[in-house]
Amino acid sequence: MGKRKLTDYLQQLQAKDKNLFVPYIMAGDGGLDKLKERILFLQDCGVAAIEVGIPFSDPVADGSTIQNAGKRSLKRNTTLAAVLDTLASFKDKRQVPIIVMTYLNPVYAYGMEKFARTCSQAGVDGVIVPDLPLEEEDLLTNMLTKYDIACIRLVALTSPKERVDALIRRSEGFLYAVTVKGTTGSRISYENEVNTYLQKLKEQSDVPVLAGFGVSTSEQAQALASCCDGVVVGSKIVELFNEHQTDEIKKLIGESL
Amino acid sequence: MTTYTGPDHNGKFGNFGGRFVPETLMPALLELETAYEQAVKDPEFITNITSYLHHYVGRETPLYFAKNLTQAFGGPKIYLKREDLNHTGAHKINNTIGQAFLALRMGKRKIVAETGAGQHGVATATVCALLGLKCVVFMGAEDIRRQKLNVFRMELLGTEVRSVSNGSATLKDAVNEALRYWVTHVEDTHYILGSVVGPHPFPKIVRDFQAVIGNETKQQMLKQYGYLPDAVVACVGGGSNAMGMFYPFIEEAQVKLYGIEAGGAGLNTNQHASVFHQPKPGVLHGTLTNLLQDEHGQIQEAYSISAGLDYPGVGPEHSHLHATKRVNYAAVTDIEAIHAFQQLSLTEGIIPALESAHAIAYVKKLAQEMDKHQSIVVCLSGRGDKDVEQIKQILEEKADGKTKTH
Repeated sequence: MGKRKLTDYLQQLQAKDKNLFVPYIMAGDGGLDKLKERILFLQDCGVAAIEVGIPFSDPVADGSTIQNAGKRSLKRNTTLAAVLDTLASFKDKRQVPIIVMTYLNPVYAYGMEKFARTCSQAGVDGVIVPDLPLEEEDLLTNMLTKYDIACIRLVALTSPKERVDALIRRSEGFLYAVTVKGTTGSRISYENEVNTYLQKLKEQSDVPVLAGFGVSTSEQAQALASCCDGVVVGSKIVELFNEHQTDEIKKLIGESL
Repeated sequence: MTTYTGPDHNGKFGNFGGRFVPETLMPALLELETAYEQAVKDPEFITNITSYLHHYVGRETPLYFAKNLTQAFGGPKIYLKREDLNHTGAHKINNTIGQAFLALRMGKRKIVAETGAGQHGVATATVCALLGLKCVVFMGAEDIRRQKLNVFRMELLGTEVRSVSNGSATLKDAVNEALRYWVTHVEDTHYILGSVVGPHPFPKIVRDFQAVIGNETKQQMLKQYGYLPDAVVACVGGGSNAMGMFYPFIEEAQVKLYGIEAGGAGLNTNQHASVFHQPKPGVLHGTLTNLLQDEHGQIQEAYSISAGLDYPGVGPEHSHLHATKRVNYAAVTDIEAIHAFQQLSLTEGIIPALESAHAIAYVKKLAQEMDKHQSIVVCLSGRGDKDVEQIKQILEEKADGKTKTH
């Protein structure tokens, strides 16, 4: 369980020469009772891990698709506690690693240690908090370490070398390489510098490097994965689930691996 | 009293503050911090800003003894620090002048800003017109509706106003959108944040540029009257006029400081903007501070008759000054603020901004507990031209027998 499980799972897939594909879903979008069904569906599609988003009222790193999904979820009164409860209820039914992604404030309100402990009990293997940069992360990482949960760091196109080095040194699970200067959401093309940036990260990093933010097609996924180890796809998956297009999701994942 | 310092190198004021932003923005914040530290050591930068504050903004602003109001309240002498007389009608321009020159030093010629009532937006648009900077201002759709004239002012000044309809479509959401815009354009754009909120170094930079209010007040009190006031009162939304006024007085232990929040429809309702009523720390807009939030950490909407106080957070330094009890925080309601708005207009011929009217309303209460030999300075942060239409409507509705105060 935890950090080890995430690393092992990713390595096993890589040994099979597969691109890693990590989808993001918004917990509670369409109702919390959909969470189990969606996670097991994605597991069957062959994903490397699943990012489970917990909604926050003020998600500054997100574009409109995930903002709206968060809003729909909050309208259904989704809470951090309820999501972790749900995840705990079927942890024996899944092999795929689970990564919880949320902003700091819901975690802060819940309590740092309680969050880490409950995540551990719910079979959560990693955590991503986009508004927790290196300078502030001790607040949470001490607790995550105590309960053997990976703290997944984001590295940005704007990060200068010394920050990239520090992020790589501390990375756990995988390194999340943000491929745009901007928020999450679909984009047509990437800046040229992205390929070199990803290749450099991959050369340096001991853990897999996954590219994310703005990936929406299998062509993009393949192109990016050729420079690193795989991709995180958020807004597109959220959009397709909201439109009940599960066949499209299966296709997107299948063609990206 | 020990020397007051802060923030520390991580932007912390005691347990509050910090930099809770996505990695993409971190380099820009570090760059801003370095640029600011170098700028304030450069005499040319300081002279330049001082010169613009004098010749363009109209500083120093008067410290005015409000004799009639003093008589009406029947207690201590009341002095008004007339920030309402600044160019653009409020204290906001003290900060935008400073930050715009800072942007130029960093080689950034594009500006993004948020605005609630439009005062900070107008102050930003003004300096951008002056210095030839390209400016985008985010404003909540609801605020755009309420403050049409300020939108037009910004447009006249060459600024693009973008409507934000996410969330509650007010200031909080405008800040979110400005942050998202900044993430996307961070390399050539500077974010002129309008209050002592947001990630480090903004709370420090905005405080320092606003500290001209308190520094002038201190000198004026000593020069004009030969003593320091017993109390200093300022309204607090994000808290920039208050922080600028309080900062130079923090080490003057005998001067009591009062920060006045918006009590809206009353603190016993959920229609207010007082984070210190039931302080609950959390992280919003990149800083750790007291927030209006539910038990699950979701941010709640603030409410006040005054758009400038309508913010669910407060500057982290205020949270620190609250925790250390150096500043007393209290709230006054919409109704009390309207009465103060009318009373200052009638007694002194000064129409205050609704924000500043909250401070006046509290002075009325405070005056009852003080005697004639004592004195109070109030930061009159802005003028009320922008609020006249809203007050007219409220008073007409009241006259019609409807009780619409919120």
